[in-house]
Amino acid sequence: MAERDPAWKVLPKPSHPHDSARLHVSGEARYADDMGEPADTLHLAFGQSAEARARILSMDLSSVRASPGVVAVFTAADIPGANDVAPVAGDDQLLADGQVLCHGQAVFLVAATSQRAARIAARLGKVEYEPLPAAITIADARAAGSHIEPVQCMSRGDASGALGTAPHRLTGSFEMGGQDHFYLEGQVAVATPGEDGQVHVLSSTQHPSEVQHLIAHMLHLSSADVTVEVRRMGGAFGGKETQAALFAGAAALVAHRTGRPAKFRCDRDDDMVMTGKRHEFEVRYEVGFDGEGHLLALSLHLASRCGSTVDLSPAINDRAMFHADNCYFLPNVDVVSERLKTNTVSATAFRGFGGPQGMLAIERVIDDVAAHLGVDPLDVRIANLYGPGRDTTPYEMVVADNIAPQIIARLRKTARYDERAKAVEAFNAANPVLKKGIALTPVKFGISFTTTHLNQAGALVHVYADGSIQVNHGGTEMGQGLYVKVAQVVADVFAVPLSDVRITATRTDKVPNTSATAASSGADLNGMAAYNAATTIRERLTEFLARTYGCGEDGVHFTPGGVLVGSETLTFGQVARKAHLGRISLSSTGYYATPGIDYDRSVFKGRPFYYFAYGASVSEVVIDTLTGEHRVLAVDILHDVGRSLNPVVDKGQIEGGFLQGQGWLTTEELVYDAKGRLLTHSPATYKIPTASDRPKHFTIDLWDGENVEPTINRSKAVGEPPFMLANSVFSALNRAVAATVPGKRAIPPLDAPATPEKILKAIAGHRAQDGASS
Amino acid sequence: MSVRFLLDGELVDLGEVDPTAALLDHLRYTMRRTGTKEGCAEGDCGACTVLVGSLEGEDIGWRAVNSCIQFLPMVNGKALMTVESLKADDGALCPLQDVMAANGSSQCGFCTPGFVMSLHGRTIGAKGCDLPVADVIAGNLCRCTGYGPILEAGENAEPHLHDDAALMEGLKALTVEAASGEWQGLRWFAPRSSDELAALLAEHPDARLVAGATDVGLWVTKGLRTLGTVIFLGDVADLARIEETEEALTLGAGVRYADAHAAMARLHPDLGELVRRIGGLQVRNAGTIGGNIANGSPIGDGPPALIALGAELTLRSASGRRTMPLEDYFLAYGKQDRRPGEFVESVRIPRPAIDAVIHIAKLSRRFDSDISAVCGAFALSVSEGTITAARVAFGGMAATPKRAEACEAALTGQPFAETTIAAAAEALKSDFDPLTDVRGSSAYRVETAANLLHRLWLREQGTAISVLNVEVGA
Repeated sequence: MAERDPAWKVLPKPSHPHDSARLHVSGEARYADDMGEPADTLHLAFGQSAEARARILSMDLSSVRASPGVVAVFTAADIPGANDVAPVAGDDQLLADGQVLCHGQAVFLVAATSQRAARIAARLGKVEYEPLPAAITIADARAAGSHIEPVQCMSRGDASGALGTAPHRLTGSFEMGGQDHFYLEGQVAVATPGEDGQVHVLSSTQHPSEVQHLIAHMLHLSSADVTVEVRRMGGAFGGKETQAALFAGAAALVAHRTGRPAKFRCDRDDDMVMTGKRHEFEVRYEVGFDGEGHLLALSLHLASRCGSTVDLSPAINDRAMFHADNCYFLPNVDVVSERLKTNTVSATAFRGFGGPQGMLAIERVIDDVAAHLGVDPLDVRIANLYGPGRDTTPYEMVVADNIAPQIIARLRKTARYDERAKAVEAFNAANPVLKKGIALTPVKFGISFTTTHLNQAGALVHVYADGSIQVNHGGTEMGQGLYVKVAQVVADVFAVPLSDVRITATRTDKVPNTSATAASSGADLNGMAAYNAATTIRERLTEFLARTYGCGEDGVHFTPGGVLVGSETLTFGQVARKAHLGRISLSSTGYYATPGIDYDRSVFKGRPFYYFAYGASVSEVVIDTLTGEHRVLAVDILHDVGRSLNPVVDKGQIEGGFLQGQGWLTTEELVYDAKGRLLTHSPATYKIPTASDRPKHFTIDLWDGENVEPTINRSKAVGEPPFMLANSVFSALNRAVAATVPGKRAIPPLDAPATPEKILKAIAGHRAQDGASS
Repeated sequence: MSVRFLLDGELVDLGEVDPTAALLDHLRYTMRRTGTKEGCAEGDCGACTVLVGSLEGEDIGWRAVNSCIQFLPMVNGKALMTVESLKADDGALCPLQDVMAANGSSQCGFCTPGFVMSLHGRTIGAKGCDLPVADVIAGNLCRCTGYGPILEAGENAEPHLHDDAALMEGLKALTVEAASGEWQGLRWFAPRSSDELAALLAEHPDARLVAGATDVGLWVTKGLRTLGTVIFLGDVADLARIEETEEALTLGAGVRYADAHAAMARLHPDLGELVRRIGGLQVRNAGTIGGNIANGSPIGDGPPALIALGAELTLRSASGRRTMPLEDYFLAYGKQDRRPGEFVESVRIPRPAIDAVIHIAKLSRRFDSDISAVCGAFALSVSEGTITAARVAFGGMAATPKRAEACEAALTGQPFAETTIAAAAEALKSDFDPLTDVRGSSAYRVETAANLLHRLWLREQGTAISVLNVEVGA
């Protein structure tokens, strides 16, 4: 357990490129589908449900079996053990058993000699359904009383009482859509049968241990019989945290049943239909405030479309509640979270994990308050920030590391917010068709899994007798630069060049019982575990050298120039060789569990987070009031990554996270038809940002502080928080829409994603609605 | 007969092939060139981008294309470059790759080879690359980086002279007469002249004509269809002619959008801007003017603009030619006026009069590489303040690209004034009863179609009307 500060000096770290960068650009980086295939490999496809909710009356799969190239067809009855690919609740079936809960659900599984043969055959199944009433939308589910769990409430103070006495009060509502992950590498798994019933699975997964455990249960094996490996994913973003299990499970089942290697490489459209997405939310609020915009009371209702099964929806919706304060002190607050079960694909983890939805809700409330007071929303934001004497969250965690006020103040200045806000007004006065908007929004994101036991990690470090080092840990690489960061940590412990450290694929047979690489925690947890492993070896070496050379342990120093032992200097390779001859173990595991967190979900009180990561952004946008078209013109970001482990990697996370957030709030729209079929199941209809959507002016600065908690290098997590920096785009768009009726004291009814059509609708609504507030 | 191409200058002879097998699959699973990735298998993400070179006079014209929807016979007689081609014998990366590896251009790395190939194409002067970097990579999706480092790498990349001399000889040696083949009863042909094409089509009136395969490719990769007899049009040299005169621009049906882009921009800047936004570069490098018309999409992007500009379509068969106004070709949803044995030969677009008022606009959820919700095109002849003629056409508003007759009537003979515009915009609402679909609601389409006419007027008055032209911090 390392609850201590890392031993080496805290220095700015160099920006090592991603460890695989040269392999990426040369096409030599290998993904699961790039490995050579044994000639007898089978390729898989699912027969999918044609109904949103139905009883399966009969299945005639004779045409499927007769289709050219088909080797085997499996149904639920063919699964020897648990028909379960769910992370927690046991309610996600590999193959539907008796009933289907959403359109596209896997009903049967085809194994054929080619992917095309499997896909063709999969469309030939004749399944007879008895349709049952289906809840497609949030409203449908509410009307049907369909929930994945009871309504959850987080309260502090007396919201209803304070609403009654507040000088101003208003109500509002809006919606925000879901989001497809659109990782460029689709879901893929390759299962290879081994001897004595064992199976090896190459899976593009953020959670190898979970895939391992599910496959073991499915095949009546022990976890020790199943090895899951992942070197890298071609993007994941939360979409391969639980969703990979379906495909890995299918591949393992086929390998187990046929004795042949089995690959499931999912087609893009099937992937988009069959895998979970970000939760769509409906937000309602009633807010009481004073003339300066201080939020005196807030009743916030968050309703989410969880889809057909539980998946991770409880924790995701919890995180939405935890982030409904963002950076603001809410003295009297009720956050009510309604988790609706719909007959659509089960919603799942996606970068931010509910945080973006909760945070966008409170930013909307602030924008609404500012509109009603006729003031700049930034003034209202600043008036409500956490500060001395007002520093506890609704869940009673003290915000001990608050730097939001400083970040906002600095960004406001460096981005020339006030000057540009005036220029925006002047532009709007001069332009009848085009209208601009500008907004500055902050981010405070809690770091740790809110499910406390997940906050642990293991690592395995080997020093070979030639001085080369191999590092392995439980974290997975999905492009975020985790591997290079952990390798840097290990290289620093031994003071060797990064090139001496070989990073190896994440495997369940090297580090067991790992948590998902999620919650932005990868570097915090695995970096510290690897640090502990490496430090154990260094301590052994130090003791050995001191004993061998007859100097004190304080006479042994690992330096970039070599290992200093008394008056001698040895290379690290020499040290390793001598230690091996001296019968010193050069391999060690390392372990880390996040200290200090303690949280009681039954009352939503405690300290769920180790610390917070902060940031702020200014976005300037322009809209066309005739067509609703819009552009994000300029973005300035100031973001807190603590003491960065790798600035170029961190800035990449910030920029990429921002643009993904911008996509969620602008172009990326999921459309379902009345029968629950996803219509936007391909990149032809589902539009993630392209290069030209990146704002032309885009600056990113790193906050120059360090984590107050003793994390690895005093760094902070960076995976998710920047996603929510894009909230300023949405606020800016709403201000641009508001500019169509100058002086009107009301917020336009803009929903996310702000497609051109939604912008135009909001303009019409804004022009029509009366702007009175009480 | 064999499908043969040059990969890194080396002859690859595939023998008989499945005529609709994808180049991508062959590269990845047969040749084990796994650097080229499948992201979508529908030509929308660019992860599978490769460069295809063909003899063009005394040069090799290189094009970035999506290998996922290139059928193998389409690269017969061509030269091919994949990401693996860029690595020197000593293992060194090319300068562009070096920069991209160092500056954070890759995170997960899966889209990266596609970006490398698009940008490498730009450094070697590949077709359609005479555009800002963001346009050259508009057909490449990245979900990790936010594009900043990739754009930076592209902007700083030095032109790279590709020595194609040896390759030229190899390609010349590969260039044969019309190719054809048969695989498990599936026949394919690749004629080299429109005369040959006419004769073939007379013989095989049910054959599927495939030009760029940017649409038909998806019938195979997504629809899992087989196409029967296929006639590939890519080698029909005389269908690829561009003829620019004082009076008109005549484009052969086989002219790829990337090749037509400059000439269309010269005809009118709005037309050039429209072409810039048709697909990504890989799609414009494959997709043809004739294919875009012949497949009869209700949206089409090309057709509404060409109809408004008064384009004429020429169809040809073994028994002769006929010419019609382009709008007459579109009969109903999925039904065009193409008789058995006929093919689209060319489209002639009259050059607008100097004082014509032209406005062409495409509305889509995303600016680049998206399909229109509404595509509107207006061509007004204005003489001494009076609109003497009006042609107005829309895509996305009906089952076919269609003229707006009531709107045209409300404009024609009226003063070019705001009141006329308002009346015509009102009349436009009676012209169409569009569907609600995934790209937009009926109400949105009706409202914005009318607004595009207002936009035309406002632009003529000097009002800023495009968010694409707003400067940062202005």
